Amino acid sequence: MTVFDHKDEPHDEELIQRLRKIALEIRKDVLLMTTKAGSGHPGGSLSAAEIIACLYFHHLRYDPENPQWEDRDRFVLSKGHICPALYSALSRAGFFPREALWTLRKIGSILQGHPDMKKTPGVEASTGSLGQGLSIGVGMALAGRIDKKSYRVYVLLGDGELDEGQVWEAAMSAAHYRLDNLLAIIDYNGLQLDGPVNQIMSIEPIAEKWEAFGWHVIEIDGHNVRQILDALDFAERIKGKPTAIIAHTIKGKGISFMEGKVEFHGKPLTEEQLKLALKELELQEKLLSIE
Amino acid sequence: MSKIKEVKTMATRDAYGKALVELGKIHKDIVVLDADLSSSTRTQYFAREFPDRFFNFGIAEANMMGAAAGLASCGKIVFASTFAIFATQRAYNQFRQSIAYPNLNVKVVASHGGISVGEDGVSHHCTEDIASMRVIPNVTVIVPADAVETREAVKALVKHYGPAYLRLGRPKIPVIYEDDYSFEGKKLNFKIGEGVTLKDGSDVTIVATGLMVYEALQAFEELKKNGISARVINIHTIKPIDADLLVKAAKETGAIVTAEEHSIIGGLGSAVAETIVQSYPVPMQFVGVKDIFAESGPWKELLKKYGLTSSEIVEAVKRVLKLKK
Ligand SMILES: Cc1ncc(C[n+]2csc(CCOP(=O)(O)OP(=O)(O)O)c2C)c(N)n1
Ligand SMILES: [Mg+2]
Repeated sequence: MTVFDHKDEPHDEELIQRLRKIALEIRKDVLLMTTKAGSGHPGGSLSAAEIIACLYFHHLRYDPENPQWEDRDRFVLSKGHICPALYSALSRAGFFPREALWTLRKIGSILQGHPDMKKTPGVEASTGSLGQGLSIGVGMALAGRIDKKSYRVYVLLGDGELDEGQVWEAAMSAAHYRLDNLLAIIDYNGLQLDGPVNQIMSIEPIAEKWEAFGWHVIEIDGHNVRQILDALDFAERIKGKPTAIIAHTIKGKGISFMEGKVEFHGKPLTEEQLKLALKELELQEKLLSIE
Repeated sequence: MSKIKEVKTMATRDAYGKALVELGKIHKDIVVLDADLSSSTRTQYFAREFPDRFFNFGIAEANMMGAAAGLASCGKIVFASTFAIFATQRAYNQFRQSIAYPNLNVKVVASHGGISVGEDGVSHHCTEDIASMRVIPNVTVIVPADAVETREAVKALVKHYGPAYLRLGRPKIPVIYEDDYSFEGKKLNFKIGEGVTLKDGSDVTIVATGLMVYEALQAFEELKKNGISARVINIHTIKPIDADLLVKAAKETGAIVTAEEHSIIGGLGSAVAETIVQSYPVPMQFVGVKDIFAESGPWKELLKKYGLTSSEIVEAVKRVLKLKK
């Protein structure tokens, strides 16, 4: 057993810098993977990079050598299309070798176009049809309660994904069963597939909606590592109800020409664009080491 | 005549998007709905042209079906689009209850049918829709073979009252008809429920639908080289199926191979078997996706790996000829 359990590390500058650096690494992997695959969803992967970095490299408890370890925290990627970011984190966490990343979406790969819990070590749920992950999380949280386990369940949703009625059915049931071992994180990047969320299907007032459904709500800047870490910790102290973290983010975050651009929702960069993007990320890494 | 003819290709979803715009100009009652996939299903073209008659429901397929029913009950001709998997499985009960049961005029036009969706993988593939949609009463089920036939099918559906499921695909596939819907010089007439005999033959009949029609035509040539005379029938309407044409083919050729980009359970193969077995049973073989989930990969490679090629059809013909008495 080599359990990753760093939740109690202090949120000092060193940790923050380390996680910010990992987020940049994840961004790099996402862009490389999707361009190599020739398809995939970079935009929403980039908006979730810090969230995923904080979860996998500080907050979650898991054992990459024993992905099925009973006491592990569960992370469900409900917005399954951004699996490149998850795959990057899982490989960096040691669930499978990095070489697998370059087989994304190819025949015979363990890395499917959308998460496949039977093919990929560390993937907790097969998602990709949006709106189903929170229900799965509810089931996991209920099981944890029945089995008197202390693990927690984390579900990452898209803002567009909140259009699905099933999300709200799940939200109602989680509050009904007082699932304080369940946390929903909403990647509020303001864009869905066809355009801006407020034009395709408005979801506001979103904090009030979750509150009305019986959830505790925390709003943060989803690219601010300290805020993410604090929110994840704070959520554990909320008893008797589930917590939703509304993370305000930017789709395509980190690459100047991708930020806020809907066309990069489901389209990888060309080789040319990739070069420019990697340069931008390198620069950010340099700046980080100066800070 | 040179043998190597350049094959024109076009995605059926592109043909759908264009046809909707043309038809929208003529029929003011057409209303189009989508569920955050208008850029992929190509209903976007209609949305740009007729913003007042287009509604995006966001990622909420069940709600879209309900709204489609409401619009149709007020006299609209409703086209509702999303990917096949979501149209038929995220909103199946809504479609059955609110649209099919009251026999409302809603055309569910789904792109991304089959496994030619490719890299997105199983969550986005759909190999169950022909089965699940044709089993619902009142519903017409159509799978066009190419872009031209798609346009003809959309036109026909506007004139045809009642719930329908039109299954389209993602990739650019060969166009087998001339632009005026003629085949090898013969002008055709698209009629819902009527199969199209593309090649005549006497030893065996290949019944195909969707992108497998092109593969069936390739198999025809291959078989001809081996001295086997195959009839090729394109069944674009799976329901109501052209029973007369199929039974005639069973009688005249004595063996049938079906080919579809769908599970071999419940789709075209099953529909053909159900039809002929009741009046003139002959041996059959099914070409389609076996009872398994596919995986992510380039669409052409997937078709090969999962047995959806002309050579699989040729093999199936050889098997069925052995069974033929
Ligand atoms: C049920 C369902 N309908 C449609 C889709 C197609 N689709 C994939 S991603 C997407 C948009 C998602 O937007 P959002 O949830 O905001 O994700 P993000 O911005 O984080 O990428 C859509 C409509 C799907 N995967 N599942
Ligand atoms: Mg979004």
